Amino acid sequence: MSYLSLEHETDVASAKDAKLPTLSSKNSRWAGYWQLMMARMKEMWREPEVIFWVFVFPILLALGLGIAFRNKPADVYRVAIVGGEGDTHALDLLKASLQGGSVRTDELPLADALNQFRLGKYDLVVVPKAGSGFEYRYDPVRPESVLARTVVNDAMQAAAGRKDAIQVSSKASSEPGARYIDFLIPGLLGMNLMNSGMWGIGFALVQMRQRKLLKRFVATPMRRGDFLLGLVSSRLGLMLVELALLLGFGVIAFQMRVVGSWASVILISAVGALSFGGLGLLTASRAQKTETVSGLINVVMMPMWMFSGVFFSYERFPAVIQPFVKLLPLTMLNDALRATILGGASLASQGTRLLILLLWGAVSYALALRWFRWT
Amino acid sequence: MIQTMDVAVRCRNLRMTYDGKVEAVRGLDLQILTGECFGLLGPNGAGKTTTIEILEGLLSQTSGEVEILGKTWKDHSRELREVLGVSLQETRLPEKLTVRETLQLFGSFYRYARPTLEVMNEMALTEKANSWVGKLSGGQRQRLAVATALVANPMLLFLDEPTTGLDPQSRRQLWDILRQFQRRGGTVLLTTHYMDEAERVCNRVAVIDHGRAIASGRPAELIEELGGQQMVEFETTGDSWGASDRWRSLPGVETVHVEEGRVMLSVRETHETIPALLAALQKSGARLLRLTTRQASLEDVFVRLTGRRLREE
Repeated sequence: MSYLSLEHETDVASAKDAKLPTLSSKNSRWAGYWQLMMARMKEMWREPEVIFWVFVFPILLALGLGIAFRNKPADVYRVAIVGGEGDTHALDLLKASLQGGSVRTDELPLADALNQFRLGKYDLVVVPKAGSGFEYRYDPVRPESVLARTVVNDAMQAAAGRKDAIQVSSKASSEPGARYIDFLIPGLLGMNLMNSGMWGIGFALVQMRQRKLLKRFVATPMRRGDFLLGLVSSRLGLMLVELALLLGFGVIAFQMRVVGSWASVILISAVGALSFGGLGLLTASRAQKTETVSGLINVVMMPMWMFSGVFFSYERFPAVIQPFVKLLPLTMLNDALRATILGGASLASQGTRLLILLLWGAVSYALALRWFRWT
Repeated sequence: MIQTMDVAVRCRNLRMTYDGKVEAVRGLDLQILTGECFGLLGPNGAGKTTTIEILEGLLSQTSGEVEILGKTWKDHSRELREVLGVSLQETRLPEKLTVRETLQLFGSFYRYARPTLEVMNEMALTEKANSWVGKLSGGQRQRLAVATALVANPMLLFLDEPTTGLDPQSRRQLWDILRQFQRRGGTVLLTTHYMDEAERVCNRVAVIDHGRAIASGRPAELIEELGGQQMVEFETTGDSWGASDRWRSLPGVETVHVEEGRVMLSVRETHETIPALLAALQKSGARLLRLTTRQASLEDVFVRLTGRRLREE
């Protein structure tokens, strides 16, 4: 065995029995960048968790929320009628009414009726009054309760012979675009771009630092800029898949309509993916442990989940905090996506929003490069 | 012959102080020649990793000079990176990439890289070409770590504890690979706390303790400097026999070291010392519990120089 004979050899091994290694042709300037990007993509594809959180989870969320908040053809109001004197009269009147189909009535004692009304099982309680007439018990802060009162009252009055003073007619007009699912899907897309940017870059980087892989990389002639660029641009490839899956799902499962141009949607998503990539880079620039960076990522994302209009419009927040809300990158991304997907807005009209988004990205990159620790 | 060789690595009065407090390296001088395999030998915490990372240009020294192939890291970083292959302690390569992909990735960072297949053949990894790194054994991972350095066709190979935690067979495999690399004219610097490894693969070693080189030279020379090349170890009944002066007067004894009741003598000739030792024991009436003789090793050099063992086992 060769190692045993070492001591008897000369100090420096002779080169006579050496097989000289062959060299491949010269690597191009961008070979490192390309390999880094491809390696990152492969790693993500091979991680079942990534596939679930990035691709499956948003669709499940859209499916669940889309079904839960789907617009029903016409709401059925549930009305409790308190048994006792005059109840048959009320029931008769309701049954005779034209809109009887949209009102479901039950008959039960006062105490039960009120109790179940309190629990939300009934939208309205109709209590016959001792002499004649009725008393409505309704909840002024529950829209369906207010509506039920109006509908039931109109129905009963009409059945009792009230005539409308003005002749009116109505025409139904409900089109895709105004439903909750239409609002939700662009929001989920924005949220997903944020999630995968922050986790896909921030978390991955700290993991590489913790595993001493970054240190190993900087011990090679690898260009550091290429490394970061490769990491961020691997996000763009993934972004296209996220976009196609989520919007495709909306179109197929919920007959959603993409009014604006797909090119604009892709461009806005790319700007979003890059900006959140920058933010991910910034959160990961110094953290040594994955536990630390997980906390940081959640701190950065939490306000945007709440305020940036993912699940509901941020208009609901008090006016005082609106300027703050409108500066958040996710708000800008969601607004631009909705304006384009639902409103068909031109890319130019989204200039300000994209600029704010880009500014977030650019400032994050600049700070991250300044603070970044390779070891 | 050594004097005429080119110097591959030179450092003078190297010092490294962490946070202004912890002195990891305190004035280290090293000179590694082109084509030799040089070992930094020492216990954990001696400053080996700090030293090798400074030489790799990954840490900046507090003071002192470092030259690799006559160039400094400050001015020729990119150039040096092209010709230096490293394997760090505890690097965990991406688990979801295959062996081939990992080598392609590392190869792409260099201007010229070797064909992946050739490196895999050399490192006995061809069978595992399409396996994920996460599925490799410890020995295979360590070979892959060295392969990521060799794919660059480096002139210098710096390895930090390349065989720690490996089984004997994997260690031997790695030693063979280093020999091959050396035969092609490559220069190797490695750190280790295995004396047998240093004796077998290194042409020269520096014994490091508390950030200083306490001895350096060819392993055989260092062992010779002990005075004797044979070791006699024994244990007896009765503790009055612990007095080391008594043993030093025996014929052929060069040094005496007593550790936990065991007496270790380094001797010139075993056949001179043993009869005298037995006679002395007979005279005193003490009973011999254990007696062994063996070749002196670098471990004995370390024990002699520091009074401690290299590894606390």
